[in-house]
Amino acid sequence: MTALKLANVNKSFGEVQVLQDINLEVEEGEFVVFVGPSGCGKSTLLRVIAGLEDATSGEVTIDEQLVNRTPPSKRGIAMVFQTYALYPHLNVRGNMSLALKQDKQPKSVIEERVATASRMLNLEPYIDRYPSELSGGQRQRVAIGRAIVREPKLFLFDEPLSNLDAALRMNTRIEIANLHRQLGTSMIYVTHDQTEAMTLADRIVVLRHGRVEQIGSPMELYNNPTNQFVAGFLGSPSMNFFPASLVHAGDDRTIGVRPENLHLADDGVLDAEVSHVEQLGADTNVVAQIDDHQITARLFGQHFIEEGQNLRFGFNSENAYHFDSDGLRLR
Amino acid sequence: MHKARTNPFNTVGMHGALILYTLIALFPVFVILINSFKARKAIFREPLALPDSDSFSLIGYQTVMRQGDFLLYFQNSMIVTVASLFFILLFGAMAAFALAEYRFKGNLLMGLYLALGIMIPIRIGTVAILEMMVATGLVNTLWALILVYTAQGLPLAVFILSEFMRQVSDDLKNAGRIDGLSEYTIFFRLVLPLVRPALATVAVFNMIPIWNDLWFPLILAPAEETKTLTLGSQVFIGQFVTDWNAVLSALSMAILPVLILYVIFSRQLIRGITSGAVK
Repeated sequence: MTALKLANVNKSFGEVQVLQDINLEVEEGEFVVFVGPSGCGKSTLLRVIAGLEDATSGEVTIDEQLVNRTPPSKRGIAMVFQTYALYPHLNVRGNMSLALKQDKQPKSVIEERVATASRMLNLEPYIDRYPSELSGGQRQRVAIGRAIVREPKLFLFDEPLSNLDAALRMNTRIEIANLHRQLGTSMIYVTHDQTEAMTLADRIVVLRHGRVEQIGSPMELYNNPTNQFVAGFLGSPSMNFFPASLVHAGDDRTIGVRPENLHLADDGVLDAEVSHVEQLGADTNVVAQIDDHQITARLFGQHFIEEGQNLRFGFNSENAYHFDSDGLRLR
Repeated sequence: MHKARTNPFNTVGMHGALILYTLIALFPVFVILINSFKARKAIFREPLALPDSDSFSLIGYQTVMRQGDFLLYFQNSMIVTVASLFFILLFGAMAAFALAEYRFKGNLLMGLYLALGIMIPIRIGTVAILEMMVATGLVNTLWALILVYTAQGLPLAVFILSEFMRQVSDDLKNAGRIDGLSEYTIFFRLVLPLVRPALATVAVFNMIPIWNDLWFPLILAPAEETKTLTLGSQVFIGQFVTDWNAVLSALSMAILPVLILYVIFSRQLIRGITSGAVK
């Protein structure tokens, strides 16, 4: 069963083409993350799936039904927004039950579902409070609860963690992962944060300029990027790119090496001057310059390295990726 | 802890200036009020004196109550003002929502066209309006005034409200759409309550000119049964003799409802004016 199918979806606002020929299938129970830099069209794509924007062309199929002409409320989806978007005039209970009331569900069903959802999200003590009386994390949980009670076939998350502080973000991330395990419903999650993408996703869709760059599981994308953009986007600190001519004279390719694959070596091929050191305790990030190319090395453990020092770095050739001048991976 | 800068001289100076301004602004109102309670001779002998046992008189109020149907005028003014405000806010907010929310061909042009009315005084079209009212048989009805005032208030209302509507979170409206609310429910239940301060601002800006207007009542609805308060008070101002007691009493009473409406709106108004500045 496919929960969602996108076929040749295009979207343009006037002259500007925001989405170009998007094809995607999401299996039932799958957690798919759309990731990309801001302006890449990932939120627009989510809105097209939700029905808040119409696709200029192409087909959107949810649960085997073509929904291009179906209004958002009838698509069997629920959405969680970045700004929570709780109804300010309703309390937590009212916020969660509104959609069911609109759907003319019997009272007993509404009560039961609200009770289940609030138990799942530990919202029971706040059930009669208004959004203005809740903290950011609580509001986001109410927003998630509002989505759960609808028992949708597909959950849509639009950067739900962006407005939370770092500690809360991690907790809520784990909660969302747990929720996915408990409910087993397909989820689509939009973020610009590659950590969220890597940790939550069954499959990641990397978007750039309204095009799909690559689709695959987190480790597939990490180990086997098809182009320089995907290679640079996933991983933190991001992959180092430098001309292969630094290693072999006359080679016009670009070499990419992940920071953790660079190591200190007296006979290393890269001779670099250290410009900055970040001590993180468990590892040490060394930023260094080779002529005007900047490279970052992530060394395991604690290293005491001075700025201005000259170091030689080496890497194993199986850890090096090669790209052509258009950024495509050469194998 | 950082303490806000409080220089006592600044505070005194600021409050002094504000109090002075308040006194200047209230002075004419005060003079009207005290003189409305004085006998005619006392008004001219000492205009600034408070009414005492000697000069106190309710003759002005008695004249107003006796002559002409003052309560009816009062009621007419109230109906016209409240109905006009209602339509200005309703249609203004709906137009503003459409302009701010929906992408359609000519959206920008429509917005400019509606804003054009701010620059062109409606009184320029008085002759045409009168002809239209005659043709539709609306002369000497309150509807004539309500329609004209609604038209007069709409441009500024649309302009101010659409700016506020744009600030209402898109996510909130979209959440409503996903939960199956109709566009009307989204407008009335989600958006309107959030732009309440802006509505109050528009209401206050429109209320006073409508209540005080003499021009259109005189031209479109001068009949006895449709006279507004301002027009009704004119009977006491003659070419040769003016009944000052009556004029002052009528004006004193005319201030009251505006004052009450203002108090109702003012809390929202202050928020409306400052909301752009303090985010």
